[in-house]
Amino acid sequence: MSWQHVCTRQDLVAGGGVAALVDGEQVALFYLPDQSPPLYAIGNRDPIGGANVLSRGIVGDVGGELVVASPLYKQHFSLLTGACLEQGDVAVPVWEVKLDGDKVSLRPPAAALNRTGT
Amino acid sequence: MTDDKPVLPTSGNLVIIGNGMVGHHLVKTLAEQGADSPWTMHVFAGESRPAYDRVHLSALFDDRTPEDLCLSPEQWYRDNRVTLHLNDPVVEIDRANKTVRTAAGVRQDYDALVLATGSYPFVPPIPGHEHENCLVYRTVDDLDAIKRLAGNAQRGVVVGGGLLGLEAANALRLLGLETHVVEFAPQLMPVQLDETGGALLRQEVEALGVHIHTGRKTERIDAGERHALRMNFEGEAPLETDLIVFSAGIRPQDALGRQAGLTLGERGGIVVDNQCRTSDPAIFAIGECALWNNRIFGLVAPGYTMARTVAAVLNNEAGDFTGADMSTKLKLMGVDVGSVGDAQGRTAGARCYRFQDEVAGVYRKLVVSEDQKYVLGAMLVGDCDAYDTLLQYMLNGIPLPDNPASLILPAGDAPPALGADALPDGATICSCHNVSKGAINAALDNGCCSLADIKDATKASTGCGGCAALLKSVVDAGLEARGVEVNNHLCEHFEYSRQELYHLILVGGLKRFSEVREAHGKGLGCDICKPAVASILASIHNDHILEPEHVGLQDTNDVFLANMQKDGTYSVVPRVPAGEITPEKLMTLGRVASKYDLYTKITGGQRIDLFGARLEQLPLIWEELIEAGFETGHAYGKSVRTVKSCVGSTWCRYGVQDSVGMAILLEHRYKGLRSPHKLKFAVSGCTRECAEAQSKDIGVIATENGWNLYVCGNGGMRPRHADLFATDLSDQALVRLVDRVLMFYVRTADRLQRTSVWLENLEGGLDYLRQVVIDDSLGIAGELEAQMAVVRERYQCEWRTTLGDEQKLKRFRSFVNADTPDRDIRFVRERGQPRPATEHDPADRIETLSL
Repeated sequence: MSWQHVCTRQDLVAGGGVAALVDGEQVALFYLPDQSPPLYAIGNRDPIGGANVLSRGIVGDVGGELVVASPLYKQHFSLLTGACLEQGDVAVPVWEVKLDGDKVSLRPPAAALNRTGT
Repeated sequence: MTDDKPVLPTSGNLVIIGNGMVGHHLVKTLAEQGADSPWTMHVFAGESRPAYDRVHLSALFDDRTPEDLCLSPEQWYRDNRVTLHLNDPVVEIDRANKTVRTAAGVRQDYDALVLATGSYPFVPPIPGHEHENCLVYRTVDDLDAIKRLAGNAQRGVVVGGGLLGLEAANALRLLGLETHVVEFAPQLMPVQLDETGGALLRQEVEALGVHIHTGRKTERIDAGERHALRMNFEGEAPLETDLIVFSAGIRPQDALGRQAGLTLGERGGIVVDNQCRTSDPAIFAIGECALWNNRIFGLVAPGYTMARTVAAVLNNEAGDFTGADMSTKLKLMGVDVGSVGDAQGRTAGARCYRFQDEVAGVYRKLVVSEDQKYVLGAMLVGDCDAYDTLLQYMLNGIPLPDNPASLILPAGDAPPALGADALPDGATICSCHNVSKGAINAALDNGCCSLADIKDATKASTGCGGCAALLKSVVDAGLEARGVEVNNHLCEHFEYSRQELYHLILVGGLKRFSEVREAHGKGLGCDICKPAVASILASIHNDHILEPEHVGLQDTNDVFLANMQKDGTYSVVPRVPAGEITPEKLMTLGRVASKYDLYTKITGGQRIDLFGARLEQLPLIWEELIEAGFETGHAYGKSVRTVKSCVGSTWCRYGVQDSVGMAILLEHRYKGLRSPHKLKFAVSGCTRECAEAQSKDIGVIATENGWNLYVCGNGGMRPRHADLFATDLSDQALVRLVDRVLMFYVRTADRLQRTSVWLENLEGGLDYLRQVVIDDSLGIAGELEAQMAVVRERYQCEWRTTLGDEQKLKRFRSFVNADTPDRDIRFVRERGQPRPATEHDPADRIETLSL
């Protein structure tokens, strides 16, 4: 699948996440203006809690790794790899994201990646 | 003792005579083994209520009820299949037929029998002591009788200047009587104190207005002229009084032992051996009725040890009672008094060190062995700080330091506290529950990792609480030894406790997370420190939590001003102050719930919770609620939740104050206050306490004269009764104290620490809190009130502000690029309302969203 434009930079929440819908799939899109790159995207579904809520978690770093904490049961998911820090066998898909001027676009994860929760 | 090898019963009917603290401890110890116990227990009690905490009897003058002192309610006995006969004392033991008979004629066979009949107050045979205004001080009923008589009395006399006598004198004082103490010996507390100690105690007690008469021998009591009674003394002027309380010592309640023909001591007491067995192998005696090695133990801790000994013997396990330490520490009318071991220095060759400070009213005496190597005993008046250390030296035979006097001299640089490491494993830390240092370390090995865990697991420091400081140092040392870093750092980003960070933010005038992080932290922050800092900033500045610089810090509940449920939907709880709601508003809630198909439930805090709202529905729902006059209920925040109330004097026949009015006042005053954890209040209109205020962080109970304030109660997982903090307050005085308590909590508590745990961990406990809040010992009371005023002034309904701000509303879209709802949210209808569908629900029952 090719890049899909979802929104502009102004639609994002600095220091937090929003949810986006791409071909029926939910994506959690995070905007960290001080980081490089500033945009991160992972599946929105929390595979442990079983609800689409990761975009509403708090972002931060744990042991140097950029993470979002699920608002349900507080497990941390890496924004770079999608891995759950507390449960090694659980991960969420990582989406490709790019910023073109102020245009934000998403591309689904490589087909090989396990699409937990979709 | 009778024959050589006693035949041990091992199962069957166990009859326990007496349901005092010691008798109850035996029942409890055996009941804890559950259904496996081979014993069926039958308990016979002379009093009309189940066992209560006699040690804290005087708390009944502190607004406590007998129910508060109850150790286990009657239901507990039923749940544990223990038959409890109240108000029906055993009057006869038939050893030949192994049966007992009660006053009411009940007969019960026994295979084993335990006498836990305790003691009775000794009333010297002074002519006239039978007068109806002559009372004793031992049971709840005794106390009731004293209270009744005191109602019409001006003056009261306590005969006996010992420990219990002074307790009784304090009770009379609190009842508003002119109080006198008459003691035969030349000084107060002759058993525990020497002349100097007694004199100092006398001076302190007299300063409270209590009249002390020592060296008085009462010859006769007859009718008085200005008061009901006149006491005549040998060689002294008589003293008139309205009532007399005898507290001249206790005598073992051994009448049944005598009746049954058991061996008794010369001066009474049922003789027992090291297994607490009497001269009849099927009969045991424990507590104050038992005479071991020619000694009666008049404290509760040795009684508990005896109870555990008998429990072990009954279970065919090794049990040995080999005497007990009679050291004791207490506060008498505000004066600390401690006595350790051989405080009087009666051991042959004993040497003494003494320190006295007449200005501060402090006296300490250290008794050491002839070779000056070991502590034999100690006496402390006016200041018991050294008690724990000296007790451990004595109990564990720890060699004295080079300069033994340093143990009782005023601390210069380093107080000579005994480190936890110096104690042997067998050292008893908590004597109420017989918890050794070894047991605490074992509990740490089993996974306990905090002081609270240890208290839960071992019960240490849950009795009299005297060992709290020592326990903390043992736990801290134990944790450290296990490599558990005893730090209270917030998280990896901030090497400070919440309290430290609070002060850094306050003093530095910091207003944003980024400033705090740059000044005092590292990294980006996380889901621990961000909400904690957000809460601190809110309790100092009270900005809207959804301002751009704060929004990323909040937990999802705060971000969306609603409570996230398991399926990602939210529940909505509008504020219903004090639970008072007009029919119109009630109908609005019904209409909104119906329109958005929300599951509706009444909460425990007298509000209405509407469940199942999707993110994008929240602003729509709140628009309608605010239109109807509702405001946000902060159910989503670590903040003030509700003030529950009963209907109070407005409607109730028993109410003495307008509890609803006060609850509404409190709820509006403190709504919006962000705190380390949620805060719940309640106001009851009378002492019947229908609002359950004593289970709340802030509880208020109406009195004839105003309000009683209770603090730091808690329902939930680990319930805790709130402590009575101040009494008969005016409206103004009440809110001033609540302002201060809450702000002090906000400033000093750990992250996510409820007020109950905060108080339990506050060094100095309730007394310290009173000093800070009532006496303003830190000089910060004005500051605390001013800060609360800032928070109050800056209150805003977070929903009203949000609805008026397009930027903030943008966050409530289901998707940044689509306005469709989340199709994974699915409901099933149950009892006429929606609930989240589960994987077990058949597909045809699951409702799809209508768009």
